[in-house]
Amino acid sequence: MDCGWINSVTVEKNMKRTFGIVPAIALAVAVMGGVAEAQTIKIGVNEPLTGAFAASGTYVVNGAKIAADEINAKGGILGKKIELVIEDNKSNPTEAAAVAEKLITSDKVPVIMGAWGSSLTLAVMPKLMEYEVPMVVETSSSGKITTTGNPFIFRISPPSAIEAAAFKGIVDKLELKKVDFLVINNDWGRGTAEDFSKMMKEKGITVGSVETMDQGAQDMSAQLSKLKGTDSETIIVTTAVDQLTLIFKQAAALGLKKRIITTGGSQNPDQIIAQAGAAANGTMHLTTFLPWFPDKTPNPEATNYFIAEWKKRGFDFAGCTESFRGYDGIRTAAAAIEKAGKAEPAAIKAALWDINIKGLNGDIVFKKSGPAGKESGQSQPNVYLIEITDGKIGMKTL
Amino acid sequence: MSQFLQHLINMLVLGGTYALLGIGLTLIFGIMNVVNFTHGVLYTFGAYIMFIVVHQLGVNFFLALPLAVVAGWLLGAAIELTLLRPLRGSDIDTTMLVMIGAWIAMQSGALWIWGGVAKSVTTPFPEAPLVLGPVSVSWLRLFVLASAAMLIVLTYLLINKTKLGGAMRATFQDRDTASLMGVNVDLIYTSTFAIGSSLAAAAGALLGPVYVIFPQMGDLAAVKAFAIVILGGLGNITGAVIGGFILALAEELGAGYVSSGYRDAMGFLIIIAVLIFKPTGLFARSERVG
Repeated sequence: MDCGWINSVTVEKNMKRTFGIVPAIALAVAVMGGVAEAQTIKIGVNEPLTGAFAASGTYVVNGAKIAADEINAKGGILGKKIELVIEDNKSNPTEAAAVAEKLITSDKVPVIMGAWGSSLTLAVMPKLMEYEVPMVVETSSSGKITTTGNPFIFRISPPSAIEAAAFKGIVDKLELKKVDFLVINNDWGRGTAEDFSKMMKEKGITVGSVETMDQGAQDMSAQLSKLKGTDSETIIVTTAVDQLTLIFKQAAALGLKKRIITTGGSQNPDQIIAQAGAAANGTMHLTTFLPWFPDKTPNPEATNYFIAEWKKRGFDFAGCTESFRGYDGIRTAAAAIEKAGKAEPAAIKAALWDINIKGLNGDIVFKKSGPAGKESGQSQPNVYLIEITDGKIGMKTL
Repeated sequence: MSQFLQHLINMLVLGGTYALLGIGLTLIFGIMNVVNFTHGVLYTFGAYIMFIVVHQLGVNFFLALPLAVVAGWLLGAAIELTLLRPLRGSDIDTTMLVMIGAWIAMQSGALWIWGGVAKSVTTPFPEAPLVLGPVSVSWLRLFVLASAAMLIVLTYLLINKTKLGGAMRATFQDRDTASLMGVNVDLIYTSTFAIGSSLAAAAGALLGPVYVIFPQMGDLAAVKAFAIVILGGLGNITGAVIGGFILALAEELGAGYVSSGYRDAMGFLIIIAVLIFKPTGLFARSERVG
C-alpha cells in the first residue's frame, strides 16, 4: 500500500517533467515545419500501397518520384524544390478520403495526385469540393469521375468511353460476334462493362452475360466456369494485373479457350507473361503506354529517358505501364504550379486549364467535360491494343 | 450440365482447402477457448515460407511444403508461449484483443519484410489441365485437394487415435480433471495451438502457389475460416470439414446460377441463416473435437 503511494508520486513527478518537455518539442517542430514549408512546394500523392492494388500503386509512386527528382535536379519550380507527400490509401475508398483530408488539412498540400482506382478517386472527390483543392487523376477510368460536375478533377488517363471508342475501330477486324464480360465489382469494372456494351451494341455485336468479381477475390473459377458454358467467342476482362494473372491461369485450368481482351491499362503485360506463363498467350490488352516500342510513342525522347531512369533505379520493367502515369501526373501538377506562379490551390486549379505538356502518352491538354459551369478537366491520351504471342508482346493497329 | 459438373469439381477443390482452414481454427477454439485472430496471418506466413524456400533458397517444391508446415508449427508454438500462456485464465475478451493486436503486428511485419507487391510461386505441375470429358481441373489443384484430404485425415487420426489426442480431448472436456489425471495441460495447450497454426500455414503453403501471395491474403481466408467454424459448430472438427464443403458449394452455385457479384455474400447468407435457426452450428449434436 505504502509502496504504491510512493510510486504514484514518482510517476506524477515524471509526468510533470515529460509534459514540460512536450510544448518545447511542439514549438521546435512548428518552427522547423514552418522553415521546411517555405523551402519546398508540396504535392500530395494518394495511392494504394497496400491491399488489392498495392503493386500498381507502388509503381505509380515510383514513377512520381522519378518526375520529382528530374524536376528538382533542374532547379525545381518557382525556385523551390518539390516535395512529394506520399500516403497509402490501402486500396480502400474510406481510407482514400481520409488520406485526402490529411494531405489537405495537415500537410497543407495545394494539389494532389491520385487515387489510382475509380472507387478510390470517387471517394476523394467530395473532399476536393469541400476544401477546394485540385487533383490530377492519373489512372482511374470510370466515366463518372469527369461527368458528375466536380471542377477540381483533372484527369490524364482515358475514361472507359475513350477506350471503347478506340477499340471500336478494330472490332470488325477481330470479327467479334458475341462477347461476355468479367469485370471487377467496383465503379471501374461496372463502368467499363457499361461503356463497352454500349459501343458493342452500336456495332451490332451481341452482349452476353456480365460477370463480376470482388476486388480481393483470388478464385474466379466459378465465374469462368459459367463463361465457359456460354456461346460467346470473346470475353472482355477488366481488372488489375494480380487478378488478371489469376484469371488467365484459372481459365487455362478450366480449359476455357475463348479470346480474352483486357481493358483499363493496368495489365502490366510483362508481369502477366512472367506469372501466368503460357496461359497468357493469345490474350489481347488495351493499354495506354508502349514501353516496348518507345519509338512508336508520341514522345520518344521523354519515353526513352523515363525507361532508362526506371531501369537505372532497379525497378521491374513490368511496372512501366503503370509508373508512367505517376511520372506524367507529377509533371502535370508541377507545370500547373509553375504556370500559376504560386503554390495555392485556386491558382493551380486555374492554371491546369492552360498547361500543355508533352506526356509520355500524348500531349496533356485539359478539355472541359461534364455539366456546364462545373466542368472537370479531361485530356485525350492514346490507347493501344497489344497481343501476347509466345510470351512476346506485339502491337496491333487500332 | 457440363457447367454444373465443373462447378462441382471446383467445389471439391475449394472445399478441401476451406476445410483445412476451418479445422485449425476450430481445434484451437474448441480446446483452448481462444478466438485465434492470427489464423489468417499464419496462412499468409505459410505461403511466404513457400515462396522463400522455393525461390530464394531454391529448394524443391515438394520439400518446401513440409518445411512450411514445420515453420507454422514453430510460429504457433512461439505465439502460444509468449502471448497466450501469460494470459491463461484471463477472460476471452482480453485474449481476443491481444490476438487482434498480434494479427495487425504480424501483418504489418509481413508488409515491412516482403512489401505489398504480390509474389507468385512456380510449381512443377504441367500448365495443361487434366480434362475429363466436359470438365477440366488443373493438376496443381488436384494435388492441393489430395494434400488437404491427407492432412485432414492425419489430424483426425491424431486427435482420435493417439495418446496426445486423447489428452487433448480430455483437456477440452474438463481441464481440471485432466490435469488431476496427470495430463500436462500447458503442453497440451502449446501443442494444440501449434497444430492449429501448422494447419493454417499448410493451407497457405498449398494455396499460395495456386493464387498469388501478398500480406493481406489471409484476411479473406480468415473470415471464411470463421464462417466455416460457425457453420460447423465451434470446436467440431467433422463439422468444420463439412462446413468447408458447404461454403464452397454455396459460393460456386451462387456465382454460377445467382449472381457472381454476390459470390462472397452467399456463404455469409447461409451463416446468418444458421445463426438464426441453429445457433450452435449445423452439427452441434455430434461429439465435439473428433
